[in-house]
Amino acid sequence: MGDKTPLYQDHERLGARIVDFGGWDMPLHYGSQVEEHHAVRTDAGLFDVSHMTVVDLEGETVQAWLRHLLANDVARLKAPGKALYSCLLNEQGGVIDDLIVYFLAPDRYRMVVNAATREKDLSWLQARAAGSGVTVRERPELAMIAAQGPSARDKASTLLAPADRDAALALEPFTAAQFGQLFVARTGYTGEDGWEIIVPADAAAEAWRTLENAGVRPCGLGARDTLRLEAGMNLYGQDMDDTTTPLESGLGWTVAWEPADRDFIGRAVLEAQRAAGAPRKLVGLLLEDRGVLRGHQRVVTPAGDGEVTSGSFSPTLGRSIGFARVPAAAGEHVEVDIRGRLLGARVVRPPFVRNGKSRIQLD
Amino acid sequence: MSKIPAELKYAPTHEWLRPEDDGSVTLGISDHAQEALGDLVFVETPEVGRSLAPGEACAVVESVKAASDVYSPIAGAVTAVNEALATQPELLNSDPYGEGWIMKIQPTSGIETPELLDAKAYAATLED
Repeated sequence: MGDKTPLYQDHERLGARIVDFGGWDMPLHYGSQVEEHHAVRTDAGLFDVSHMTVVDLEGETVQAWLRHLLANDVARLKAPGKALYSCLLNEQGGVIDDLIVYFLAPDRYRMVVNAATREKDLSWLQARAAGSGVTVRERPELAMIAAQGPSARDKASTLLAPADRDAALALEPFTAAQFGQLFVARTGYTGEDGWEIIVPADAAAEAWRTLENAGVRPCGLGARDTLRLEAGMNLYGQDMDDTTTPLESGLGWTVAWEPADRDFIGRAVLEAQRAAGAPRKLVGLLLEDRGVLRGHQRVVTPAGDGEVTSGSFSPTLGRSIGFARVPAAAGEHVEVDIRGRLLGARVVRPPFVRNGKSRIQLD
Repeated sequence: MSKIPAELKYAPTHEWLRPEDDGSVTLGISDHAQEALGDLVFVETPEVGRSLAPGEACAVVESVKAASDVYSPIAGAVTAVNEALATQPELLNSDPYGEGWIMKIQPTSGIETPELLDAKAYAATLED
């Protein structure tokens, strides 16, 4: 028995197959993972992501503190409500977690971090906050629901008071705002338009049912995984962890090198690795033969072996796709050891799918 | 409640067997198995002619989430595989006892092994 979100009874009512995910009892799917996946690509899907950890950071010095803590630079967030994706690094440049940070006010930011990394993240944040003037406050009384897909914002806007709908629908990508008790952010983990909505736990079930009734289809973590993989988005613990740097994880774009005098944790190691060239890289793979890529399969390249970090069948492409960490010098074609057979795979640049459409050549 | 046709034999590992008039045996996976696996997206079938030992992994079925081995409960030689599964692995979900059959095996001896269950005994294993 794991932790349960405020929506657990709704998952049971909907006939979800429940699985353990980072200590939480979460829905894997409600019948068909593939149909749920397609619903998000073509219409609107609803996800319970209340297992994720919301942390509010407050204090006069919070911006400077975050600029030291995160590899991306919160000074890029100019207006309240703007959001940024960043890695949280250790001194060795390894990724403690990946997260989204929202700029709420000059003395107030909000972070959403992964469920499975909750304890180590909180202890890292608390230790760095000691004596800094920043308070770290977890918000376990908040639940989180994602509505994702081309029709998601339109359908989900019924959740808002009529007077707030236009303002909510006008939110730019990677921007959030508070409407009554709802914190609405135009972010997601699917490669589609949509919202992530933070709501008080005691109002979560009502919000969920309102969205269900508006035609937003409940989707489990299974679809969430194939959607994020198609969208070229990393999953912490599979595609990167404490022992890999962002440069080895396809996340170099999230490191803010400028201004050069911003001293962030892990910077020295990343600078050295950038100068010398990272020995490994994370790439997208499209399996050319029949089969399915899975995590930990061996990847054979002329430059040495690598490993699949995430792999699955792509419902949108009808082919198997994945990410792999391979030697930096690996070329365009590699082979993957699937049950003792070497199958051909092509190195492609993620995302595989964005906004419902394939972004790669299939043949 | 999953379907368990009374005329079939079942392995504890969720394969079904159906003796055919020509002496061969058809093998597939049970309705319970397909439901537990979820949407199937790939099936790896053995080469025709391959000989199988009892309990040997003879095929792989992959759902969106994971790969699972299929075991032959009996000894024999593979005489046919279901070619339709190459392009329509979802047949395993939609019709596990019919169009979703996986292979035909010519048994080297009888199929009445103590490990094989009748429908009632297989149903009982699912209730645990």
